[in-house]
Order: sequence, then C-alpha cells, then structure tokens
Amino acid sequence: MNQLKRIMGFLWMIIAPVVVFLLVIGAVKNIGAGTHDINKPVPWVIIIGIFTPIAIGLMIFGYYSLKGEYDRLPESSDEL
Amino acid sequence: MAGNDTKGIGKVIFSSSLGTLIEWYDFYIFGMLAKTIAVQFFPEGNETAALLSTLAIFAAGFLVRPFGALVFGRLGDMIGRKSTFLLTLVLMGGSTFLIGLVPGYRAIGIAAPLLVLLLRLIQGLALGGEYGGAATYVAEHAPTNRRGYYTSWIQTTATLGLFVALGVIMAVKSNMSDESFNAEWGGWRYPFWISILLVGVSIYIRLKMSESPMYSKLKKEGKTSVNPLKESFGHKGNFKMVLLALFGAVMGQGVIWYTGQFYAQSFLENTVKIEFMQNREILLWGIGLATPFFLVFGALSDKFGRKWIMLSGMLLGVVFYRPIFNTFLKDTDAKEWMANAQNVEGAGSEFKLVKTDSSFNKDKQAITIAHKKRTLVYKGTSFSEIVADTSMVGSDGSSIIKNGKPVYLDKQLSSPLKWKFIGLVFVMILFVTMAYAPIAAFLVELFPTKIRYTSMSLPYHIGNGVFGGLVPFIATLLSTSFASDPLVGLWYPIGVAALCFVIGAFYLTNKIDKNIND
Repeated sequence: MNQLKRIMGFLWMIIAPVVVFLLVIGAVKNIGAGTHDINKPVPWVIIIGIFTPIAIGLMIFGYYSLKGEYDRLPESSDEL
Repeated sequence: MAGNDTKGIGKVIFSSSLGTLIEWYDFYIFGMLAKTIAVQFFPEGNETAALLSTLAIFAAGFLVRPFGALVFGRLGDMIGRKSTFLLTLVLMGGSTFLIGLVPGYRAIGIAAPLLVLLLRLIQGLALGGEYGGAATYVAEHAPTNRRGYYTSWIQTTATLGLFVALGVIMAVKSNMSDESFNAEWGGWRYPFWISILLVGVSIYIRLKMSESPMYSKLKKEGKTSVNPLKESFGHKGNFKMVLLALFGAVMGQGVIWYTGQFYAQSFLENTVKIEFMQNREILLWGIGLATPFFLVFGALSDKFGRKWIMLSGMLLGVVFYRPIFNTFLKDTDAKEWMANAQNVEGAGSEFKLVKTDSSFNKDKQAITIAHKKRTLVYKGTSFSEIVADTSMVGSDGSSIIKNGKPVYLDKQLSSPLKWKFIGLVFVMILFVTMAYAPIAAFLVELFPTKIRYTSMSLPYHIGNGVFGGLVPFIATLLSTSFASDPLVGLWYPIGVAALCFVIGAFYLTNKIDKNIND
C-alpha cells in the first residue's frame, strides 16, 4: 500500500500543472468570445489566481507522498 | 465537558447552530435574489457596474471566503472561539441588513453597486470565519464517543440555511405581485431586513455562552499559539495534514454538496425548464426529507469511523449523477411528447400572440418578432410552447418570414412526476449528508487545539467555496465546449469527487481520534 501511495504521488505532481495549463488554455479560448461569465476576463483572473496556489499545494502533496510522508499518519497531535 | 459528559450540550449546539444557520441564510439570499439585485444595482450597459457585479459573484465566494478563514481562524486560535464567531455573526448580520438598505443605482448611481460589492465581500469574509468556529466550539464541548453526532448538527445548518432562505423568499414572493417584489424598495428587500431580527436573537444567545473548555484550559496554561498561521502552514507536520484534509476529503465533499443542493436546482430551472415555484417546491421537499440524515450519518460515523461514510457519499455521486440528471431530461422531453402530438392535449390549438418587438437592422429592413404562446398538457404535465416568428420587410417592399423553432418551458409536472423528481433530489441530498455530516468531526480530530480553528477553516473553505463554488462556472465552460451533451457539466463534480475518493481511500485512516484535547 505504501508503495502505491508513493507511485500515486508522482501522478498528483503531474496533474497539478496540467490543471493550471488547461485553465489558462480555457481562458485564452473563451475570453471575449461571447457574453457569458466565462467570456469575461475577471472570473478567469480570480479563478486562475486562486487555483494556482491550490495546484502548487497538490504538487507538494504529491511530493510528500513520493517521499513517504504519508506512509504512516500521526496518531496524536504530539507527532505533528 | 469532554469525556462522556453531555450536560449543557443542547445549549451549546443550539447557540452555535442557530448562528451558523443564519449566516448561511444571509449568504444564500444574495445569490437567490441575484437577478433582482442585478437590475437594482448593476444595470445592463454600464461596464463599471458589470465589473462590480462579476466581482460580487466571484470574489466573495472564491477569494474572500478562504481569506476570512485565515483571518478569523487566526483570531479564534489567539483570542478564543466564542468572541470570534460572535464577531463573524455581527459582521454577517450587519452587512446583510445594510444590503437591504442601499438605495438603487437610479437613486445614487455608481455608489450603489460599490456599496453592495463591499457589503457582499464582508459577507464572504464573515462566512469564512464562522464555520470553523462553530464546528470547533461544538466539538470541544462534545463527549468523545458522540462527537460525530453532535457536530453533525452544525453540518445541517448549510442545508437548513438554504431551506429557510428558499422558504422566506417564496413566502414573500407569493404574497405580492412580481412588480411589487422587484420594485426598487420592493419585497426582495424583506429577506435582508428579516436577517437583523434573526441575528439579534442569535447574538443574544451566543453572548450567554462560555468559552470552549479545551481552549479555556489551554489559555489558562499559557499554551495558546502565538502565530497560528505559521504553525498551521509553516510546519511540515501540520501542513501535510492540511493538504490531506483538502485533497482527500473536503474537495470531494464540496462538489457533492454544491451539485446536490445548487446545480440540481439550476439544472431543473434552466435546462429542464420546470416552472419557478414548482422547482423550489421540489427542492424544499428534497431538502426537508433528507436533512435528518445528517444526524443519522453523523451518529454512524461515531460507530464506524468518518472515512468510509464520507467517501461512500462521494462514490455514490460519481456513479449516479449522470443517470439521475439524465432521468430529469428524459422524463420532461417535450420534443418527444410533441412527436406523438395526438397524446398532447391542446396540440391542435391556436397560438396566442404575447408580444411583438420591432426594430431595423443594418440593411434598413424592418424587423418584427412576434412571440406566440400556447399551453399544452401531456399526461397531467402542463407546459408552454413558445414560438418567435421573425418577419423582415425591406425598403423595396420585399419581405421574408422566418418561423421560429418552438421552445418548451414553464413545465408544471404532474403529481406522480413531481414526487419522482422530489425522490431523485432527495437521493442526491442523501449523498450530501453522507459526504458532509462527518466532516466537522473529521477535521477537528485532525488538528491540535491550539491551531485547530485556523487549520480546519482554510481547507474547508477551499473545498466548499472554491471547488464547490466552481461547479456552475466549469459546467458552463464545458457546455460551451461540448454543446451536444447537456450533461457534460457533470464531468467536473464527477471528476473532482472521483479524484478525492481515490486519495481519501488510499491515504486517510478510518480511526477516530479519541483525544482531541492535545
């Protein structure tokens, strides 16, 4: 199981930049192409702005998984 | 009160839940009255007002809520839970009441949308701070063996807040004409004004409560955190648990919660085209019948652990969302009904002219659009067929007539079909109760008392506000890109919930932390 967690860590590290890349592509394609919210720049700036640190968080999560940080979860707060 | 002592827990739950319920109510009424608010404060054609409107919608949910979680989480860990979630209540109640007092754009110009934006941002900030405080406060009072059950009362508040908001708006709306409701100082303002009464009562009750026993003990021993933000997110040991909470539980719970309660409502109204009041009635019944299950699953999580109950709610959403939403579409497919017109009552009747719009196009042709309507009935379900025929007459007298495609809306479902839809909404909210009920206890058990408010608030509001709140935006994005599939918008919640399920299944433990007093 721990081996699997570590392998999946690599997957999470890849997913994170892919999501941000897809959002940027979505923004470029949709801004100015109509009259919906998805065609306005402001929502995209806010969403990409908030999603980028979340994606970085997912990368860090993947990195920690890869390094085996989640092999054993702490049982009390003293272990944090 | 920790241990197994339950004395006074009822008061603790009531005072915490009531305030949180009111905060959700305050936050929802703005969203539910968005169309009327847009007319009053963000008039079409004004670019600045349009920008402010977009900010009010997106910034309040996505940016300010997580920011509020950090600001008030930090305060709650430094000065105490009670004072902090009292402050969030005052801010939320005050800003909601004031939104109801802001004069419209016609009266004070651009100051109106600016004020509304400011107040909406304060609402988002306050909401970001409320939940963590209430959940922590109840959990730190709750007996060890019933923490899931008692904190599940807090989990009911987001759904009950929606229930109350829907109920109040429907009650006000059904007692006046649309014109009176939508007027500048019309009925739409009443739900905002009512908030001050609710908040007043809740503040009075909360003022009488004492600080959480675990936090008081910590404070007495001088062990409170000096810098909760640094300790929560700067220390690897705690930060990795924040990440696990977000990606292994809260992210999936957020999309399940939003899809069941909000996306379903907007899908039934905008895609299925069910009549406004009946759509709300369906949702009210679904919510009303499913809400007790928050308590059931909260209690079960004390027995069987939090993990698999939360993950089961997510998995069920992943598996059943497309079949459920597909049933909504298939059962109300008016085009199919009209294909066998002999089964449709009124199919041979004449259209009635509703209105005509006249204008000139760039080729100086006079354009007249005639909107025509007739009411039809199929197996007890009534609906309107609307056709907009366009005629163009040039200056040389030549004319072209284009017959519009029929559009079917205002569907008033027959009683059996209505109850079938209530059943399906109920099932989706049941998934919500599974994914959402144990989450407060789960988060509380993950973090130490001295930084609990900060550590649990941020992942909760990112999961709920950002991942959940993005459901309609991403759904529109997907629908625009893949227009042939009306259910394509569901791939976002399904994908996020599936990802969260995998992470949760492999990385989380099902063990209940008996001792949170550390």
